[in-house]
Amino acid sequence: MKRFAQLIQALETSNKTNDKIDALVHYFDSAAEQDRVWVIALFTGKKPKRPVNSSLLKAWACELSETPEWLFNESYHNVGDLSETIALILPPATALLDLPLHEWITRLQAIEKLPEQEKKDFILNAWQHLGTAERFIFNKLISGNFRIGVSAKTLVNALAKKELVDSNKIMHSIMGKWDPYVIAYDDLVGGSHVNTDNSWPYPFCLAYAMEQEVSALGSPDNWQAEWKWDGIRGQVIKRNNELFIWSRGEELVTDQFPELHILADELDNGTVIDGEILAVRDGRVLSFSTLQQRLNRKTISKKQLEEAPVGLFVYDLLEHGGTDIRDQPLKERRRRLEDVLSRLSPSSGIVASPVITYNDWKELAQIREGSRENNSEGVMLKNLASPYHSGRKRGDWWKWKVNPYTVDTVMIYAQKGAGRRANFFTDYTFAVRDGENLITVAKAYSGLTDQEIRQVDSFVKRNSIEKFGPVRTVKPELVFEIAFEGIAESKRHKAGLALRFPRILRWRKDKTAAEINTLDDLRQLLQASLSLPETPAAAS
Amino acid sequence: MSLISFTNRGIYCSQGDFYIDPWRPVDYAVTTHGHSDHVKSGNANYLCHTLTKPILHRRIGEDLKIETLDYGKSITKNGVKISLHPAGHIIGSAQIRLEYKGEICVVSGDYKTENDGISAPFEPVRCHSFVSESTFGLPVYKWQPQDMVAAEIIRWAEDNIQKGKSTVLVAYSLGKAQRLINILAGRYPIYVHSSIANLNEAIEQSGVPLPATIRITPETGKDILQKGIMIVPPAMRTSRWIKTLINPVTGVCSGWMQVRSHRRWQSADAGFALSDHADWPGLIEAIGETGAETVYVTHGFTAAFSRYLNEAGIYSEEVKTQYGTEEDEEPAATEISA
Ligand SMILES: [Zn+2]
Ligand SMILES: [Zn+2]
Repeated sequence: MKRFAQLIQALETSNKTNDKIDALVHYFDSAAEQDRVWVIALFTGKKPKRPVNSSLLKAWACELSETPEWLFNESYHNVGDLSETIALILPPATALLDLPLHEWITRLQAIEKLPEQEKKDFILNAWQHLGTAERFIFNKLISGNFRIGVSAKTLVNALAKKELVDSNKIMHSIMGKWDPYVIAYDDLVGGSHVNTDNSWPYPFCLAYAMEQEVSALGSPDNWQAEWKWDGIRGQVIKRNNELFIWSRGEELVTDQFPELHILADELDNGTVIDGEILAVRDGRVLSFSTLQQRLNRKTISKKQLEEAPVGLFVYDLLEHGGTDIRDQPLKERRRRLEDVLSRLSPSSGIVASPVITYNDWKELAQIREGSRENNSEGVMLKNLASPYHSGRKRGDWWKWKVNPYTVDTVMIYAQKGAGRRANFFTDYTFAVRDGENLITVAKAYSGLTDQEIRQVDSFVKRNSIEKFGPVRTVKPELVFEIAFEGIAESKRHKAGLALRFPRILRWRKDKTAAEINTLDDLRQLLQASLSLPETPAAAS
Repeated sequence: MSLISFTNRGIYCSQGDFYIDPWRPVDYAVTTHGHSDHVKSGNANYLCHTLTKPILHRRIGEDLKIETLDYGKSITKNGVKISLHPAGHIIGSAQIRLEYKGEICVVSGDYKTENDGISAPFEPVRCHSFVSESTFGLPVYKWQPQDMVAAEIIRWAEDNIQKGKSTVLVAYSLGKAQRLINILAGRYPIYVHSSIANLNEAIEQSGVPLPATIRITPETGKDILQKGIMIVPPAMRTSRWIKTLINPVTGVCSGWMQVRSHRRWQSADAGFALSDHADWPGLIEAIGETGAETVYVTHGFTAAFSRYLNEAGIYSEEVKTQYGTEEDEEPAATEISA
């Protein structure tokens, strides 16, 4: 397991995808065959059966380390991960034992049916023979949830690089149904347990952002207008009675969206459609942050299904009756698409993305101003004669977004929330840069997921500089993209301007405080918006 | 009457009429060490260890009235005997021992129990009451021996150099930087940010030799830096300058790096748990060796650590101070720009 611990360390000592791929390839080149299978299993969320529950693990760790339970809990609160807390809190190993990963998994499997005392003897003995890094992995093998910053895509790219196999085939192989206890590595990466021909996706057709005047597109009659949705672009494939949903990031996300599984029954074999996965209630599209609750989860609770129901707004038809129809003109594809969708049960939540009717560009521009009212980002314009291109191609598909009012800011104050979140810092104040200084421009309540809130909360607790009553001044380090509806002059604010309806769009973990916007950027935006008569008057 | 009290200016000894590590200006400030959260400007008089004096001049100003003491030496102020004892935290760091009519109190400032090879090693001092920090006062913080962390850093740096990456270690400029220089000396050329180079000069002037380092200037070639190891203060971590290096990779050296989620928080490539503060076993051992009947717990996991001591039969109180961690308090460094 030392070898596997080294892999984890290598994956964690770099932020760069290429380094991660190299580390994985290096591991797969040298690890035992069964270990390779298990690593693929663990990194894609397949876990061994849980032989011991976590409260027992915790109790035994407290006993072995002579730690009172309250102190264990304090430590857990600081570390944020039970397996890691146990690994760190235990006394150093008495002797080291290095067994292969699959051997540990087999031994853990074997204790499942044993009486509690024998389980305890086994676990305590293992802890006393493992270093901290190996202990952490051992605990993770028991409790599951292996999240170490490697996406399925990175894993697949590493395997594709090592085996010289197309990455889409490997993605299907490892996302398919297989049992790590029985499958051989070559069978797994070779895809002998699945029919990779069934899942084969087409490259997505992508649009360019509109830079010129819309009238430069010529006659409106040649263009189909649709809403530009802010969801997860997905390609749905039904072949040989199997259903697959690919995300634009080339990940198979079929299991994440049970609402769409109805398509396995209702679509004909040999059908491939392209659309946007959205949170939809009663036919109305909900915000992206609602959809976010549903993303990248291994299991979906009933509550999540109720709070963020998912639907599909379909843009296009790529394969029909087993034939690739991407070179047919959009007009024809759309006709066939509507026909295909008309056969679905009306309650399915799967509909054609509506076409916007308009007479001239001026009218479309007016309609576009209302985009935000239906949680869209603007409009799409697609040439009615265009084929479905592979990738990004200039000229046929344009995205015409509403004015992108967003600003990158850094959090400088945090305050605790109310009710359910009374123990968490959930209300934040954001600033932009003005020369050497940071100037407050917006206050926003959380638009973050619960997990993100916990992360921000732990950051605030560890990085408070000053306290003013309930407010903490925090180290200006976390960058958030703030979206807003308008900007106005304001004498009451130090910045001299105020943002209308600011909200957190996303947490930019990829950015540092050195990269946030400046007050001048906002002043320019203010000037620009003042010269646009149709901009709604902003409140000050 | 107790020898010390905790006031809104800092730790006060009323019998001697002086403060220890005050955070607001006072007449007489006894100073444990040169970190900016423990020593502020504006005091009329300072008392510190001989090796801390040049650091105060460098960080606070040339125009200061400073008295100095060596370890083990004492002066008496209004009948209170004040002596300094090694705290093992950074160069010149001292525990302050106060004695008055047979009553002994020790204020530790910041301390670590492992010998880092560059600061005078920690010496436990018997006392009735002890003021302890608790920066890492949770049982999950247990350090690996310095040699093992050093080996890890060297392995990482070697791998970087082999792969043509530029190695940047992030460490606060007073203490951790000198410790790293000492650990890494002789393997690769070591390039340091000017804030570190300045402190190195001050330290060397006071007679403590440091291994050779090269000051980074706007003219230093990026291809030369790529073949060595750079050490920069935390404020530089997200600087524009780092992005101008050839394939830069950063490694943060701090006790917080013990925990994975903290490592992920720093947008660094690697984290090394190298701390200048005592770990959990270190805190417990140090407190045991003082024989103190009362322990005042300051900055860190004060509540948890103090409760633990009370349950272990050592009377303890949590004390609010304005000391933080150096990582938070390090003054902003200037950009290196051409
Ligand atoms: Zn310090
Ligand atoms: Zn301190």
